Parts: sequence; C-alpha cells; structure tokens
Amino acid sequence: MQELRKRAGELLADGTVARVLAWRAGDLPYNPEPAFFETEAELEHLVYDGFCGANLSKLMIEASKLEGKTLVCLKPCDTYSFNQLVKEHRVDREKAYIIGVGCRGKLDIEKIRRQGIRGIEAVEGAELDGPEELTIRTFSGEKKCAYRDAMLERCHVCKGKEHMAYDELLGESRDTKDAERFAEVEAIERMPAKERFAYFQKELSKCIRCNACRNACPACSCRKCVFDSTKFDSEQKANVDSFEEKMFHIIRAFHVAGRCTDCGECSRVCPQGIPLHLFNRKFIKDINTFYGEYQAGTGSDEKAPLTNYTLEDAEPSVVRERG
Amino acid sequence: MQRIGVFVCHCGSNIAATVDVKKVVELVRMEPGVVWAEDYPYMCSEAGQSRIAEAIRTQKLTGVVVCSCSPRMHEATFRKCAERSGLNPYMVEIANIREHCSWIHKNTEEATEKAVILARAAIAKVNLNTPLQAGESRVTKRALVIGGGIAGIQTALDIADAGYEVDIVEKTPSIGGRMSQLDKTFPTLDCSACILTPKMVEASANEKITLYTYSEVEKVSGFVGDFTVDIRKKARSVDMSKCTGCGVCQEKCPSRKTPNEFNRGLNTRSAIYTPFAQAIPNVPVIDREHCIKFQTGKCGVCAKVCQAGAIDYEQKDEIITRKYGAIVVATGFDMIKLDKYGEYAYEQSPDVITSLELERIMNAAGPTKGHLERMSDHRPPKNIVFIQCVGSRCADERGKSYCSKICCMYTAKHAMLIRDKYPDVNVTVFYIDVRTPGKNFDEFYRRAVEEYHVNYIKGQVGKVTPQPDGTLLVHGVDLLDNHQVKIEADMVVLAAAIEPNPDVRKIATMLTASIDTNNFLTEAHPKLRPVESPTAGIFLSGVCQGPKDIPETVSQAGAAAVKVIGLLAKDKLLTNPCTAKADVLACNGCSACANVCPYGAISYEDQEVRAPGVREIRRVAVVNSALCQGCGACTVACPSGAMDLQGFSNRQMIAEVDAICR
Repeated sequence: MQELRKRAGELLADGTVARVLAWRAGDLPYNPEPAFFETEAELEHLVYDGFCGANLSKLMIEASKLEGKTLVCLKPCDTYSFNQLVKEHRVDREKAYIIGVGCRGKLDIEKIRRQGIRGIEAVEGAELDGPEELTIRTFSGEKKCAYRDAMLERCHVCKGKEHMAYDELLGESRDTKDAERFAEVEAIERMPAKERFAYFQKELSKCIRCNACRNACPACSCRKCVFDSTKFDSEQKANVDSFEEKMFHIIRAFHVAGRCTDCGECSRVCPQGIPLHLFNRKFIKDINTFYGEYQAGTGSDEKAPLTNYTLEDAEPSVVRERG
Repeated sequence: MQRIGVFVCHCGSNIAATVDVKKVVELVRMEPGVVWAEDYPYMCSEAGQSRIAEAIRTQKLTGVVVCSCSPRMHEATFRKCAERSGLNPYMVEIANIREHCSWIHKNTEEATEKAVILARAAIAKVNLNTPLQAGESRVTKRALVIGGGIAGIQTALDIADAGYEVDIVEKTPSIGGRMSQLDKTFPTLDCSACILTPKMVEASANEKITLYTYSEVEKVSGFVGDFTVDIRKKARSVDMSKCTGCGVCQEKCPSRKTPNEFNRGLNTRSAIYTPFAQAIPNVPVIDREHCIKFQTGKCGVCAKVCQAGAIDYEQKDEIITRKYGAIVVATGFDMIKLDKYGEYAYEQSPDVITSLELERIMNAAGPTKGHLERMSDHRPPKNIVFIQCVGSRCADERGKSYCSKICCMYTAKHAMLIRDKYPDVNVTVFYIDVRTPGKNFDEFYRRAVEEYHVNYIKGQVGKVTPQPDGTLLVHGVDLLDNHQVKIEADMVVLAAAIEPNPDVRKIATMLTASIDTNNFLTEAHPKLRPVESPTAGIFLSGVCQGPKDIPETVSQAGAAAVKVIGLLAKDKLLTNPCTAKADVLACNGCSACANVCPYGAISYEDQEVRAPGVREIRRVAVVNSALCQGCGACTVACPSGAMDLQGFSNRQMIAEVDAICR
C-alpha cells in the first residue's frame, strides 16, 4: 500500500498522470470505495487491501474524457473488463496509465459474518502481504478466520494471476483457484425444469431494483440503458410487477452475453445477495460449447463469437442440421 | 392518432370458408385507431382496390391494414394502390390471414380468433408507422458471370447480344466447363465439342465479352446495380499477349507426372499445360506446384524452347477491381466423391469407373484415344455393368436425397454407343427407375433396349468384388424376377450423383445468396422466379441451382440473361427505405453493429452530439442506406437499442407482440 502511494505520487509529480483512480477508506473498516486523487497530499487516503474488490475499469469511461492521463489500479481480473471496454471504444487506452496491482483474492464480509462473527469493528491482516489468517476485532473480542475462507466466490474460480493489460506491475499475485468455474451452472442445469424455475423465482424475487448490479457492471456501459429509454415502452417496466422484475435480470444477461468477462461485480455488489453471476456464466459456458473457448477481454482486438460476421459463418440450414 | 382502415379479403373461399370475415370486421372496428373496416371477396381485384382508394379519400385514412394473403403476393399491389390515392405506401401493412391462418386451420372459431389477433398486431404496428421515402441508386451497365461452362457462356452471349458488357470469371485455365469433357450428347448423339466450341469461340471473339480465365472472385461488396468485385487473376506464368499457342513448351516439359484433371486423372499431363486441344484461350498455364523450375529452381526448359519469349516465371497474381450492375452464378457441378461407397470397389479396382471417366475413355482426345478398354490391362472389356443412382435418391447420409436427373439418359447413351461400336460386348444396366421425361428421351431409351438389346435389370447392386483373375463379380438383385443376380463383369461404370461445385458455398456467402442443404442456390420463388436469387441483382444459371441437362441449362442461361438485361436497361433503381438508422444520442460507439453487418454498411465517425446537458464529440455509428439491406442483424446486436430498423422498429415489433399477447 505504501509502495503504491509512493509510486502514484511520483507519477503525479512528474506529470505522467493528471489523477489517480484507486480506492480510499469507506465509512466502515471493510468497505473501501473507488476514488480519484488529484494531489500527492490526497494520496494518504489511498488504501489497497483485501476488501478492495471494486473493479475500477468502468470508471475509466468518464476518466477517458478528462484532460491528461489517469493512473488506474487494476487487479488481474479487472484488466479483462478494461480490455473489453477498450474494444468497445468506451475507454481510450492512451488515456490510461495502468498499474497492475497484485492480488491474493478479495474478501467478502458476508462470508466472515456467516461464520458467526458479528459486531465487527476492524479486520486485520487483509493487506496484500498479510498473514494466512485474518484477525477480526468484534464487540465480543477477537476472532480468527482463514483468509481463504473469507474470499469472494469469484476468487475461488479465479481466471489467473496474469494482468491482461498494464503499464507497470506492483505487488505479487497468488493463484487462488480451488473450484470449478462452471460447477454451479452445471448443478443448476441438472435441476428439473420446475425446480430450476422455482430456484430463480426465489432468488430473483429478492430484487429491489436498486440497479447496483447495472451500475457496477463494466459491460453495462450503455450511455442510455434500454430500461431508462422512452423508445421501447420498456422504461421502468421492470419494477411494475414480479414478472418484469425477473425479466430485468434476464434481459440484462442477454445484453452482456459475449461481452461479460465474468468479473463477478454484479453478485458482489448485490445488497440482496442474489447470485446474478450465474446467468452470465451460463452464457459463457454455452458460448464456449457452441463456438469454442472464448474469454472476453483477453485482448482488446480479438473478435467476439456472438458479434462477428465472417464469410465462413454457417448458413442457418447448416446450424439446424447440427442441432 | 392514426386513422386506420382495415380491409378483410375473402379470397373467394380461400379465407372466407374458414374465417368468419364479417366477425373479423366487426371486432377490428374496436381496435385503437381503426375508423373504417370492411370485407370484400377479392381485395386484389380492381374493384377491391378501388374500395381501398375510395376509403382512403373519403375517410381521410392515414394508415391501411389489409387482411389477406402473404405480403409476398400482394403487398406491392396494395402499397401501389395506396400511393395512387395519395397515401405513403409504407403506411400499408398486410395481416396474412390466408397462409398463416385459413389454410392451416379447420375450425372456424379458432381460425377467426387467430385472424383477429393477426389483424390486431398489424393495426398496432400501423399505429406506429411513419411515412418512408424510397431513395434512388444508379445501375452500372456491366454484368459479371461466375463460371465459364455452357451456362455461363450462353448467359454471357445473350447479355452481350443485347449490347451490354459482360465479364466471365472462370477458375480453370479454359472456358468450356463440364460440357467440354463430354464425348456425345443425348438424345441426338452429336459430338459435344462440335456444338460447344463454336460457342466458346463466339464468346472469346465477342468484343462485349471479357474472359478472365484461371481467375477467381475474391471479394464482393455493394448491392444490386452497384456491385464492386475483386477478381484474382492467378499468375499463369505465361504472357497471354506473346504466346502463340504452338504447344512446344508442353511437348518439351520434363515434368509429366501430374494427374490430368481434364481426363479425370486417368492419365497424366505436363506441368505447363492447356487442359484440352480446343481450350480458349489457347494459352497454357504453369502448374507451379508440379513445375520443376518452381519447386527446385533448376529447369527452365519451357522458357528456352518458347520462340515467342512468352514464359514469365516472375508473373504475380493480379487483383482486378470492377463494378457490375448484376451478377450471374453459373458455377456448375462435380461428381460426388465415392469414398463412402466401398461396396462398389471404386477405390480398389481401376476397372470400376464413373460415367464421366467413361466419357473421357470414349472420347478420341481422351486417355485411350477413344478405344474402349480396361484401365488396368488395356484389354477391351466383354461384359460391362452400369450401376445407376450411386449416391442419388439416397436414403442415408452417405449420398444425396435428390435425383441427379441426367444419369438415366447418359447411361442409355453410353450403353447404346458401346453396343453400336462393339456389338459383341454385353451391357447390363442396374436401375431403380428409368426416368426419361423430355423431348425424344423415352424414344431414346426404348431404342437402347429394343434395338441395341441393352440388358436393363430393375434392382440395385449390393457389392462389386474384384476377382483374382482381374474380373469383377457384381452381386445384384433382380426385383422383377425376385432373385439374386451375379454377373461376371470386366468393367463397372457408376452413375455417381452430381453435386454443386463445392466452391459455391464460398461464393454464395460472398454474394449473400442463400443456398439449400444440398448447396444448391435457392431461387427467389421455385415456380415464378426460378432464375433469380432472393438477393437482388444475383441471378442463377445452370446446375448451381439444381440438376439439369444441357438443353435445360441453355434455356435457363437465356432466362437469366433476360433478367440481367431487364435490370441493366434501367437507369435508376428505387432503394428499399426500410434500412437501419442509429440514434446518435444512445449510440455507445461499441462497433457491435459494424462487426455483425454482412454488407459492410456501417461505419463510425466522430460527431458532435448535442442534447440537454450533452455537448461532446462522440464516436457514433453511421449507416450507408444504399448498402443496408434491412436485415436487422445490427438492431439485435446493439446493446443500447440505438440501432433501429425503419419500418420495423423495435417499438413496432414490441407493439405487435403486445397486441398478440393481449
């Protein structure tokens, strides 16, 4: 964290960048928030620890429009989203100076709470070079929790510790993958249709249409969302009744299909704990099956299977034959 | 609010027998925007149309819904009728209550309910329709013919005859195609080359026709009236302007082991070659893959012996870019591969041959100089068995489900010619059916049976077994006598199915012309528009559209030429106004639309965008409405819904769905 502050300060001072996009402490000890820093003095509020899960790449859309370069701190998984945004011409690569920050998995405060640890006052050991065990100070004394057991779901299926785009790297990353990426999706696929419907019915009925998922999602970067547009008679339809409330998430999944990098922000930010990433991951699994392995955001110029027309595209009749 | 008139057609009893049209009229009157509704026995008749015109005037209609047959039949009729009455033609929508409703239902109550729902959807759409104006585009007065066989040659000759420039692109070194490989033609038994070569010469001499042989179409862009095509002229390695066609290079070429494609691989040719004696142009090409000079760098004999100094080892492929108003596909056919038909021992015995190979063997310029002999030991055969329908009318996935159409006739021809020239040779034909519709065709087949005593056996062959003594044991079944047949043959001829030239797939994709599951190009209408592709400006000639014999091919070639001439005769074409349009305020500039556009109609530019609270330069999508075909792929790919299709907007579609689901 000190190193990051120092390096950001240097880059601000020598004029390489005009501002720094990173995280600062939030109102609670475990919810740091994205923040822009414009002077070296402000940088003392910069934090980087296990709770800095927020993917900053989407904020580069607005930062790209500003004068000068923006230093942005990206974790390995964030760089996929960054590349995808560059590919979609939403972010200007030239306007970004990327520090690829190290990552040993990000933390989910709910996972700590679910272990019965309540009244949390502070969490120690969440730093990048911290110990394998977190020390949690609570109203009822000190509790311990393994770092790994407090990790976000997405970190257990981590895409890897390599940064897909960066100008310089800072800090070591660790492999955290210890689960099958599509295991959850496969489990749902195995459910009988009725049970599956009931499952999503139950999960999606929790939705309060706060739009956190849409706001956090780097693929949901439209200037004007179709749900806010008056062009389709669909504006705010989504909160009229329960059917359309569910349609919101399904339509959103369709809109980001083939562009979603599986960054997991939708599920991380959902205040109702809806596993929204499952929709996107089902699409990714299907794309892999039908069109070959594809990871959105690996590069910023590769063609995406769903939005790419080539002369070799099969005629519909041929697709029908294949089933 | 629109003032909509709804006109329900009885179509005689086609609709009225199943749909209660009076009830439809009564119910649609209650739909929003509807101010007029009536029914009539034949809306498309002059009287029917005048009722629509009358209502437009007296009721001051702003929109019209006609509940009738498919829009493919009469949409244009009713739109023209509205236009004559002063209404924008794009304010007319058709509710298809015939093909989609009355013809497929039996129960009047259900059919009537569905007719009302379909009308409701069309009314909901018209409520959101806006007047559209068709634009104009120019017509380049030049045609391109892809394929230089008899179909392509005839089409080009007919177009040139009307005074238009035509280019023929032919993949092989010479025009002529499959017909040049044939020995005799049925049912007249005249020599194929004798009737084809005059046409080839005519095509080459015609100043309106340009031949691009040894060339391939590489890229096609544009649209009807204004196509831009890249043609790759492959390096011939011989200067066409210098070569005199003396043939010395071919005689002296030391590389002689390349299978001769023209003779179906039955003999070999030199590396520098012209495919056949009457080739046009009579200029050889160097097959660089088999040329010693190109492979090892050491040889150069052809350059040394060429008096004209025409050999050019440095020659490179050349890309020619030209504009065309119309494109004719005449890519022809090939025989299917027989690797899945192990039972006929084609790959095991050189004496099992295909009919096209027999054609070459019988030809005086062929590998045996026209003597009928076995390819294994060059002895004349005594017993020949023909097997029909090898891969045609096939129930399993090894072959083709269709009838190749020409095999019955050419097999009768082969059998007759052999019996005529070699009366002591026994000829047996195994067949499923003998199909001989066509002028003088059945007479021809009867002659083979009655005068030439060809032994026709109804039944299929199960297996051909090569014997140690070099003969072939044919195991078949005689279905009329219901017993097994074993014939000791010394030559077996397979009437292999024909299939469209495999290259057609690539070409069809470039042209966005549709093809069916068998790779035959699809017609715009199987009966009424048989020589046009559904893609405007693309026409079909010959076997690329479906199996046919030479006379049929020539007729279709002429028909395609007439359609091309009809198009080129126009100075301007009206363009379809139902094209895509981007809403710059909502456009993200993400390129998804441009990536999926098959027509290259979408580009991006930086535009200043102004709206309340917005004033910035943005990268936004711009549609070239001349290139856009209105397919709608971009509207689906666009995540923000910024891309919309005029006349089929997202809002109109949703309104239709809402109306149906109400």
